Amino acid sequence: MAMDAKQLAEMKKVYSRPECLKDTIYHFCPGCNHGNVTRMVAEAIDEFGIKGRTIGVAGVGCCVFLYNYIDVDVMEAPHGRACAVATGINRVHPEKIVFTYQGDGDLAAIGLAETVHTANRGENITVIFVNNTVYGMTGGQMAPTTLLGQKSTTSPYGREFMGDGYPIKMAEMLATLEGAAFVARVACDTPKNLMQAKKAIKKAFKMQIDKMGFSFVEVLSACPTNWGMNPLDAYKRVDREMTPYFPLGIFKERTTADYL
Amino acid sequence: MKQVLMGDHAVARAVQLARAEVISAYPITPQTLIVEELSEICARGELDARFIKVESEHSALACCMGASMAGARTFTATSSQGLLLMHEIMHWSAGARTPIVMVNVNRAIAPPWNLWSDQTDSLSQRDTSWLQFYCENNQEVLDTVIMAFRIAERIFLPVMIVLDAFILSHTSEVVDIPDRKDVDAFLPPFKPLLKLDVDEPHSFGSITGPAEYQQIKKMRHEDMMDAIRVIKETDDEFEKIFGRRHGPVSAYRCENAELVLVTTGAMSGTTRIAIDRLREKGMPVGALKIRLFRPFPAEEIASSIGGAPKIAVIDRNLSVGAGGIFAQEIKASLYGKATRPAVFGLVGGLGGGDFTPDAIEDIAKRLLGAQAPEADVIWEEL
Repeated sequence: MAMDAKQLAEMKKVYSRPECLKDTIYHFCPGCNHGNVTRMVAEAIDEFGIKGRTIGVAGVGCCVFLYNYIDVDVMEAPHGRACAVATGINRVHPEKIVFTYQGDGDLAAIGLAETVHTANRGENITVIFVNNTVYGMTGGQMAPTTLLGQKSTTSPYGREFMGDGYPIKMAEMLATLEGAAFVARVACDTPKNLMQAKKAIKKAFKMQIDKMGFSFVEVLSACPTNWGMNPLDAYKRVDREMTPYFPLGIFKERTTADYL
Repeated sequence: MKQVLMGDHAVARAVQLARAEVISAYPITPQTLIVEELSEICARGELDARFIKVESEHSALACCMGASMAGARTFTATSSQGLLLMHEIMHWSAGARTPIVMVNVNRAIAPPWNLWSDQTDSLSQRDTSWLQFYCENNQEVLDTVIMAFRIAERIFLPVMIVLDAFILSHTSEVVDIPDRKDVDAFLPPFKPLLKLDVDEPHSFGSITGPAEYQQIKKMRHEDMMDAIRVIKETDDEFEKIFGRRHGPVSAYRCENAELVLVTTGAMSGTTRIAIDRLREKGMPVGALKIRLFRPFPAEEIASSIGGAPKIAVIDRNLSVGAGGIFAQEIKASLYGKATRPAVFGLVGGLGGGDFTPDAIEDIAKRLLGAQAPEADVIWEEL
């Protein structure tokens, strides 16, 4: 049924590209959730009106092209060092909003030490951690988050705990640290989970705006390309295989800045 | 047996033939194909090695060092940022005299991000006491990896083999793969001089005063210098069994040359094409390929240049504030000679720019007419 001009004029625009999400084509593969996460971060920046004072720090991997998508200043960090770089930026500009955007190969492997210590120092930054259980950019090698039995290019018969260890639960680990103010794990596999993810990402930025300390959101994401699945099956895998091991929820939420 | 192999897969086959016992590595483009292939080979049971997946390159090399001290033949591979992260352990593993073999796929250093060929990553490791070989093609890559284990395990210093990102790592070439029994004859099992052994207790890496410290460094230097002899002997032995030799350097049509182009890595083959074309036109030019960088083959370079009055060193690398690194080292090594050529230091191809035969021909034609270098660094825009 075609709409006439009057009906069109009466329509209200309820959904559009966030102001700080650039009008460009994502390099991400079809079905990848990086696009959703990037958009949610952009929406949160818009909704708090902090675009003019936000600085992003990109990790290495598929997250590396952050500067192409979010229209704020972005510093590229060497592999794993995003939290340390963000600490330096934030200490010089405590009034700015500083966030890192990192994958599991970056944050949970080569950058584990600085991530843990940045959280432990209670640095007032926000970390967006996209966990898709593989090194995506280099072509699907085993990451610290790879599930037991999961096949990857460096675990061709599936990850075994003997020799390869167990998948690291970053959110649970960081929640044990006094310096962490907000730690949550969310997922992108269903509309409901996307809405929860958006809430958690907003909450993480709000904690930083309120000077509450280190905030961390782990986002379970699909990597259809490296999992060898179509996007729908990949989303089902997030639900059936990832969330049972990586449970969703808020693991820590401080209510006052002075926690002692 | 001849096979068509990418450079990275030639490395993996060589490591398999060399019967490495411990492999520890971390993914980084354009090296990743090496460890993926080795991971497959180990998983299929075709190589009895422990394949250890670690959280960073720093840990990969530290893990290799531990495994080597425990008496195992060890291998790792990396590129660019990964190699830079290993820097501390490179010094340490050489100081510990662990004969680790590493392949570095030359890739430009960030920022800005760039995945393509550039030698500044490996040349930045020149003072770490690691031997360094720069390979021209995938056959040389395979052969050099096999030779490297033998050399490393004779002089107890680690060896790095370098190949160009994508130009070799991801390019398929015909490679003659040696028979396993021949490799076994060439490369016997690793016999450590010293190792961690509770039945014969030792401690390693303890604190020393200045006198012992310098003495230990001097010994390491002398052993490194002696490695040139070991490398030549290894080449001889390799040739006897496999019919190929590669040499620390190799000269091409340098007789009566007015100008010698000095190159490393994959551009060396391209340069010979340009030299043939120029010689056909009657131009007196030759080429010198440098395969060995540490220890620095000063005498071999000086004698290969012969009486050429001019040489042009083409560096796909840069020491900011000084110039091309091969040019610097060659200039320094020629300084004490009674007669020495004018050295033109050319820098180009940083971050992957392609030296085509035409580009190299143009360089030669231009420099044949030049008297002396117009600057310390001559920039080549490709």
